[in-house]
Amino acid sequence: MATYQEFIQQNEDRDGIRCSWNLWPSSRLEATRLVVPVSCLYTPLKERPDLPPVQYEPVLCSRASCKAVLNPLCQVDFRAKIWACNFCFQRNAFPPSYAGISDVNQPAELMPQFSTIEYIVQRGPPTPLIFLYVVDTCLEEEDLQALKESLQMSLSLLPPNALVGLITFGRMIQVHELSCEGIAKSYVFRGTKELTPKQIQEMLGLMKPATSGQQGKPLAPHDDSASCRFLQPVEKVDMNLTDLLGELQRDPWPVPQGKRPLRSTGIALSIAVGLLEGTFPNTGARIMLFTGGPPTQGPGMVVGDELKTPIRSWHDIQKDNARHLKKATKYYEALANRAAVNGHGVDIYACALDQTGLLEMKCLANLTGGHVVMGDSFNTSLFKQTFQRVFGKDYSGEFRMAFGGTLEVKTTRELKVAGAIGPCVSLNTKGPCVSDNEMGVGGTCQWKICSLTPATTLALYFEVVNQHNAPVPQGGRGAVQFVTQYQHSNTQRRIRVTTIARNWADAQSQIQHIESSFDQEASAVLMARLGVFRAESDEGPDVLRWLDRQLIRLCQKFGQFNKDDPNSFRLSESLSLYPQFMFHLRRSPFLQVFNNSPDESSYYRHHFVRQDLTQSLIMIQPILYSYSFYGPPEPVLLDSSSILPDRILLMDTFFQLVIFHGETIAQWRKAGYQEIPEYENFKQLLQAPLDDAEEILQTRFPMPRYVDTEHGGSQARFLLSKVNPSQTHNNLYAWGQESGAPILTDDVSLQVFMDHLKKLAVSSSA
Amino acid sequence: MNVNQQPHMASPYGQPQPGYGGGHVPAGYPAQYAPYNGPGSAHQQGPPQGYSPYASFPSKTVATNLVSDLSSSSPLDLGMRGPPTSGAPPVTPAQNYSQFGQGDTQNGPPPMGAPPQRPSVSQPYTPGAVNLSGPQPPYNQQFGALPNSMQQMTNQMASMQVGSTAPSPAGPGYAPPSVSHSPVSAAYTHSAPPTFPPTSAAPTHPPPTEGVAQPPPQSYYGAPHSAQQSFPNAAPAYSAAGPTHPQAPPPVSQQSFPQAPPVSQPPFSTGPPPGPIPGPRTHSYGGPPPGAQASFQRPPLPASHPAAFPGGPTSHPAAFPGGPTSHPSAFPGGPPPTSAPSQMPGVIPPQPPVSQPTSYHSGPPPTAAGFTPQGGPPQRPPLSGMQAPPHMTSQGPPMVQANHVPPSQPGMPPVPPNASMSGPPPQPGLQAYPPQQNGAFGQVRGPQPGYAGPYAGQQNYGAPSAAPAPAPSAPKRLDPDSIPGPQASDIPPVQKTRHRIDPDAIPSPIQVIEDDKANKGSEPFTTGVRGQAPPLVTTNFQVKDQGNSSPRYIRCTAYNVPCNSDMAKQSQVPLAAVIKPLATLPPDETPPYLVDHGESGPIRCNRCKAYMCPYMQFIEGGRRFQCGFCSCVTEVPPHYFQHLDHTGKRVDCYERPELSMGSYEFLATVDYCKNNKFPQPPAFIFLIDVSYNAVKSGMVGMVCQELKTLLDYLPRENPDMESNIRVGFVTYNKVLHFYNVKASLAQPQMMVVSDVADMFVPLLDGFLVNVQESRVVIESLLDQIPEMFADTRETDTVFGPVIQAGLEALKAADCAGKLFIFHSSLPIAEAPGKLKNREDKKLVGTDKEKSLFQPQVGFYNTLAKECVAQGCCVDLFLFPNQYVDVATLGVVPTSTGGSIYKYTYFQAPTDQERFLNDLRRDVQKQMGFDAVMRVRTSTGIRATDFFGSFYMSNTTDVELAGLDCDKTVTVEFRHDDKLSEETGALMQCAVLYTSCSGQRRLLIHNMAVNCCSQLADLYRNCETDTIINFFAKYAYRSLLSSPTKNVRDSLVNQCAQILACYRKHCASPSSAGQLILPECMKLLPVYLNCMLKSDVLQPGADVSLDDRAYLRQLISTMDVAESHVFFYPRLLPLQKLDVESTTLPVAVRDSEERLSRGGVYLLENGMNLFLWVGANAQQELLQNIFGMPSFNHIDPSMTSLPALDNPFSKRLREIIETIRTQRSRYMKLMVVKQEDKLELIFKHFLVEDKSNNGGASYVDFLCHMHKEIRQLLS
Repeated sequence: MATYQEFIQQNEDRDGIRCSWNLWPSSRLEATRLVVPVSCLYTPLKERPDLPPVQYEPVLCSRASCKAVLNPLCQVDFRAKIWACNFCFQRNAFPPSYAGISDVNQPAELMPQFSTIEYIVQRGPPTPLIFLYVVDTCLEEEDLQALKESLQMSLSLLPPNALVGLITFGRMIQVHELSCEGIAKSYVFRGTKELTPKQIQEMLGLMKPATSGQQGKPLAPHDDSASCRFLQPVEKVDMNLTDLLGELQRDPWPVPQGKRPLRSTGIALSIAVGLLEGTFPNTGARIMLFTGGPPTQGPGMVVGDELKTPIRSWHDIQKDNARHLKKATKYYEALANRAAVNGHGVDIYACALDQTGLLEMKCLANLTGGHVVMGDSFNTSLFKQTFQRVFGKDYSGEFRMAFGGTLEVKTTRELKVAGAIGPCVSLNTKGPCVSDNEMGVGGTCQWKICSLTPATTLALYFEVVNQHNAPVPQGGRGAVQFVTQYQHSNTQRRIRVTTIARNWADAQSQIQHIESSFDQEASAVLMARLGVFRAESDEGPDVLRWLDRQLIRLCQKFGQFNKDDPNSFRLSESLSLYPQFMFHLRRSPFLQVFNNSPDESSYYRHHFVRQDLTQSLIMIQPILYSYSFYGPPEPVLLDSSSILPDRILLMDTFFQLVIFHGETIAQWRKAGYQEIPEYENFKQLLQAPLDDAEEILQTRFPMPRYVDTEHGGSQARFLLSKVNPSQTHNNLYAWGQESGAPILTDDVSLQVFMDHLKKLAVSSSA
Repeated sequence: MNVNQQPHMASPYGQPQPGYGGGHVPAGYPAQYAPYNGPGSAHQQGPPQGYSPYASFPSKTVATNLVSDLSSSSPLDLGMRGPPTSGAPPVTPAQNYSQFGQGDTQNGPPPMGAPPQRPSVSQPYTPGAVNLSGPQPPYNQQFGALPNSMQQMTNQMASMQVGSTAPSPAGPGYAPPSVSHSPVSAAYTHSAPPTFPPTSAAPTHPPPTEGVAQPPPQSYYGAPHSAQQSFPNAAPAYSAAGPTHPQAPPPVSQQSFPQAPPVSQPPFSTGPPPGPIPGPRTHSYGGPPPGAQASFQRPPLPASHPAAFPGGPTSHPAAFPGGPTSHPSAFPGGPPPTSAPSQMPGVIPPQPPVSQPTSYHSGPPPTAAGFTPQGGPPQRPPLSGMQAPPHMTSQGPPMVQANHVPPSQPGMPPVPPNASMSGPPPQPGLQAYPPQQNGAFGQVRGPQPGYAGPYAGQQNYGAPSAAPAPAPSAPKRLDPDSIPGPQASDIPPVQKTRHRIDPDAIPSPIQVIEDDKANKGSEPFTTGVRGQAPPLVTTNFQVKDQGNSSPRYIRCTAYNVPCNSDMAKQSQVPLAAVIKPLATLPPDETPPYLVDHGESGPIRCNRCKAYMCPYMQFIEGGRRFQCGFCSCVTEVPPHYFQHLDHTGKRVDCYERPELSMGSYEFLATVDYCKNNKFPQPPAFIFLIDVSYNAVKSGMVGMVCQELKTLLDYLPRENPDMESNIRVGFVTYNKVLHFYNVKASLAQPQMMVVSDVADMFVPLLDGFLVNVQESRVVIESLLDQIPEMFADTRETDTVFGPVIQAGLEALKAADCAGKLFIFHSSLPIAEAPGKLKNREDKKLVGTDKEKSLFQPQVGFYNTLAKECVAQGCCVDLFLFPNQYVDVATLGVVPTSTGGSIYKYTYFQAPTDQERFLNDLRRDVQKQMGFDAVMRVRTSTGIRATDFFGSFYMSNTTDVELAGLDCDKTVTVEFRHDDKLSEETGALMQCAVLYTSCSGQRRLLIHNMAVNCCSQLADLYRNCETDTIINFFAKYAYRSLLSSPTKNVRDSLVNQCAQILACYRKHCASPSSAGQLILPECMKLLPVYLNCMLKSDVLQPGADVSLDDRAYLRQLISTMDVAESHVFFYPRLLPLQKLDVESTTLPVAVRDSEERLSRGGVYLLENGMNLFLWVGANAQQELLQNIFGMPSFNHIDPSMTSLPALDNPFSKRLREIIETIRTQRSRYMKLMVVKQEDKLELIFKHFLVEDKSNNGGASYVDFLCHMHKEIRQLLS
């Protein structure tokens, strides 16, 4: 039998699933005592080049409350052509098309290696993808120019039949009509007045009665392909739109000194949402917001236009000093929910040096699965490449995006779903497998993910139903089925079904087994997601305290120690890294707001709750590579002791990619040795991290901030803030030695943290 | 001036009636008369009923009054009423007409009266006819005969008329008159002889009226002199005024003369003007020039007579009565013969025909005739002579006859002849009295000269008349009488008998206009003399600014302002000025000079802030100046100091416009600008409705096409420079489309704003652009707009947001400007300012009617206020197919100094020309933006009320978002203290505005008028046209707050008070029944009647609320010239058009009677232009005009005349062009064929006739007026 490591890896590769526990405790009480809940990380659209979709529809359980999909775990009676649902035990007849099945002629979905399978549903006309650009024109000339170019470029990346629309905004909002010849038409709205969806549709002439031809050009019915003048196939309006974008002017309204430009982001978004809502409900669509600053007027405004009023900071928020925060948040939430209901994703591309109100707007992306990209300027490669990557294609030439997904979770009766954390909204579907306890977004067994990428990963939390006195019988397996319906980027409707099963184990007798089935990486991420989820609503310290308590309890549960003897404390291998993850999580920007603006926090959290396990782990504990003449590049401890003069460090925090040249290296480089032929090796040394970084950059979305710095450089702070401050000005013993660089901080180091942890874990009073 | 001797009525009537009754009845009139007589006594009572038709008159009282008047003039009434009351008259007239027209046709027709009368009369009269039988037969015969000749005659007539008209214009030229007369006479002889002479002559020559009018004047003038005497005779004849005049006149006339004398012309102007012809005549009488004055002096008397004339009509009635009564008395003497003749069955019968006609025409003349009779034989001669001349050419004959008659008494004989052979008689008469007749005719016009000589006797007569002073009353009566007499007998055949008032005998607007042209048109009008009334608006004259503003800028109702409020109240004459600050001057006059007083700005009085002007008195060697308005003394700034010469004038007085001119401009400094910064150049924004209706009518395409070229002609100050005005474009239906036409764009951008509830401007840059820079984009846009909306199905529109959009755009651009809105339908789409269809004809005539003129919602008032604050002027072009609620839509335009143009049932092919011309003019005209006007006055009076298109946020500042060269502001003044005769009353109108190039300027108009302590001075120096203008605006505004009926009543009432006051305080004592009108106001009744009959105050069933609201708002900005022609349309006879001449033919009076079936007429009122073609128009004429061989071939739907290569066609088209250029709006030509359906519309503009919707005829109204006055006096 393979190790759990291998098992986990296999499962992840096949199903995109990582469970916190790979043996499930058989009763609720035991599950609770395990501290880390029974849960998993699921990547619904994990790229599976080896998984060809099948061209038929899934076979469903006929029980109305179940409707589980036929899967390898089902018992099949090939003679009787009957299968038993493994979730509800309903016996179902195979449909007529399965008449030919037999032991040797099994459909794919019954084969064990197809525990994850994808169906292509041939239903209804294919609906083209829709991209609605919502462009802020209150930008600096350069920025606008760069943005225009990016947008123009993007047209060539879109599928030719995709519908594209353009809304520009500044003080006013313009909805551009794209199919007109000779004259550029647009509908204009003022940015200060909130409009109901009905009003918006009326004003855009989208109402049925108005279809008789507001502009003299009779509107076709909505479901027709030419349904809307504002959304036109790229192939048709390519030229027009390119010209239109080319002629796009900066918002012409004068901005008096001491004022911010008036930016009506709120209304612009509401119009975008309203427009799609009226024309293409329940069709895959992206609303892509490009903004260069905070909304300054109208509903959803984040800050007034007076420059003397700074944008809210965490300090303001904590002091309840952020005037517009609640109102704006509420406004965008309502918008996000509307968009989500209609299956439309909202992306936010915010490029500005100052905050842009991501905190308020984050839910737009968070609830709809949209992207959030934060940069300093549209005129940076960070934005340009990230944006380009949005339209990246996979191995088969398909866009790495999917729309309008719904994820349904079915469980065997011993389990219930407590909730999900990720870029989704609840569909409020009550079912037999829905738990009363909520963790994350709960109370439902279905979630909507309006926009997905292959990396989109949800955390799902379960609850064991059985009471302590009626545990699940041994030897059984609990199963969970994930049914994801979505619109593929090639406009097909697809359904991906993943069915997993884990053994039940009695926590008292098999605690060792359970311990060894612990997936500390997944658990760290799952706990972190819970923590982040809590942090959205709770005060930071409370969350930290909660995390700490969980950690201590976990250590108490699984640690081996003598009471009150910290030195005796040991953790098994399967848990050994967990405390360290927690240590770094505590320091991470997901939970620490110090030194981060609210926007940044939102940005980090946004990505944290949607990336897959690997990326999430990087975010929690950045990876540090060291390059030296002494050997090949090696990962080193994320510790200040790793900062040595003759090393080049490459740190990947997911959001930043930092290349740090040690003091000596930096001096050499400054001296230009790399230019000298004899020092070719030095040149190679310098090049090595760059190449590695390039590799990371190639795959990373969004593009990380790329920092090339050196010892003493101002940007070195990115590195210094991440490493474990094992050496600080407080423990001077290493000061000045070659063992590393001291960090000027009062933060506790990992050592101190561990010491305390041990102390608390072994403490009998805890 | 005065005259209508209704006074007679009571007693006289009583007598007369009996007399009449006796006479007539015996004659055979009995039946008719009898009833009438009954009325006579009972008339007053009865009449009302009978008058029911008159109900048309506003109030019953009026009706009653009329009745009473009539009754008073029972005899007259009889005659009068017969026609009017009977109601039949109107109808009958028509019938008559038709008949008549056919029968005697032109000539006959002209007589109008005759025909109409005939029928009606004939019937009723038949009995009388019996008496008249004699005459009738003759008529018939005559007519019969005439027809032949008549047709010829018509032609001749035409020529005749022309001739006559010519003469009249020539009026001044004495010679002409005579000439004209001759022709006339000729005409008469021919046609006239028939019976027509009188009538026809009268009508065509209307001169008759003129004559009438003239007579009065003459009589006035003449009265004094022998000539006057002669006039007096005439006058007397007319109103018997003779007598009164003689008495009163003297004083009045003297007074007037006194003044007049100094300025011989002035007097003329005053006196003469009234009756242009009179002038001539007087001249002729008086003895040409020199004598003229003398004559003038007399004229004064006549003047009173003139009134008499006016009275004539009324007087007629009165005259009749008077005739009867007074005449009777007089008659007894000898006059009876004449008048009696006519009246008298026996005697009259013969005369009647002739004399009547004459009398009719000369209504007055008749009176005159009557006078002659009355005047007593002695007077008569003169009178007759006078009368004849003065009265009517037509009268001429009769008059002549009368005169002649008297002289020889043969009057009788002659009359008879006439009577007997209406035609022949006249001729005979004429022949017999060639000179006289001629004179008679000529008298009317040419005769004067001739007469002058020949009529020495007349003078004598005049003397007599004068002497008869006492008699005057009688004469007055006589006038009526005379009229009645002759008419009754003569024309009475049909018409006159009934109408006792001869339409020709009452004051004729045409006569007055022509007289004024003759007297004042020839030399420049210099403004240096304070209190000098300018020529009438109908006169072409040149103005020299010598210290007061040109009448083109300011016209006052009175140039002699009462010194104190008591007088003002007593007289009820409104004190108002009609100010047209940016009036366009003819090319030969200099526009106001631009004065720059440097950085400190214009020099102003410290206290009242009046601007430096010629009324500032420099003192202390020039170091200080005393304000002419408030008397405050202000230091002269050093840089403005100048030494004074020995007369106390500044040495540089004539170098500085502000010290020597009435009108000039100051360059304003930054202190005079909004927000203390110089304004941006203004902008024009075109907002075009592109809803289904607008597109379908062709409007959208047309506007866009036109704008492409029109944009090159935006107003500019320097013709060589490009205009600074920026333009912007918006289209809309139920949403708005803004266009970005920035020069740098490859193609225009359209921005749709659907959020009409909360309008805003979607773009800043590129909306308002310079035409030159963005030409390509703009043209591309204008090409595309029609295409884009060609298939639109959207029918709903908004309106409020459209204005808001323009306003917001101007606000955003921080400039003033003008919106051109092209709109098609009632804005029912959901938006601010949404309207409901509230057209409810049931409300018309009720107390709620006023609500129809009030805006439906308050939204637009608020909006207008905002527009004004920004300097956003709104011009509205409406293309409605149905009710659009002009009353509401017009609120903003009328509050912002904008205009409304309305093209109902717009059809591109037919209305294109009109619309495009209006648009061109509207876009190109000079205008000022963001203007504030303030009128400062001498201490003692104060501007209290303002009328026009503007907004006022306080009581003194008139705020005009835009002020163009057609806009007029009427200002009413009231006393708040006493004025002094020495200093007069000063007013200064200062308009601060932004010119089209963005320059801030102050336009100053100064006006000084005299002050008087005598009411007579006031009455001598006022201007009826201006008063009417004021009344109209006042009344039209009152509609908003009072029921229409009340408005009408109060108008009549005020006029009655004005006239009564004159009668009481200024006219010489005379019998109460006499109608005496001030010379200057003798047209007041006719014009007032026209106003009362306007669609606004008395709508017909077919007049939509929109039309009324539209007119109501239109009037509010009209200047005097426009309002004049609007109320009294210009009717030009074309059949005698002189293709060589550059002058227009003399107009004829607006009455169907004046139309000849053989003629072609052009009628215009500033809004409409009709070409009326008589059914019998000559083929050649039609060929010349239409290129069509016959009447039937003419296509009444044509909107322009074919360009034919013949002099007549060319000249006619030239005239039409000329007329169009004179008006601020382009008039679409409508061809109206006689007896065609369209003729009804046309007839609506014949304002002297009774109108379909109950408007009174001139004659009837005059009677009514007279009654009102009498009531006031008693």
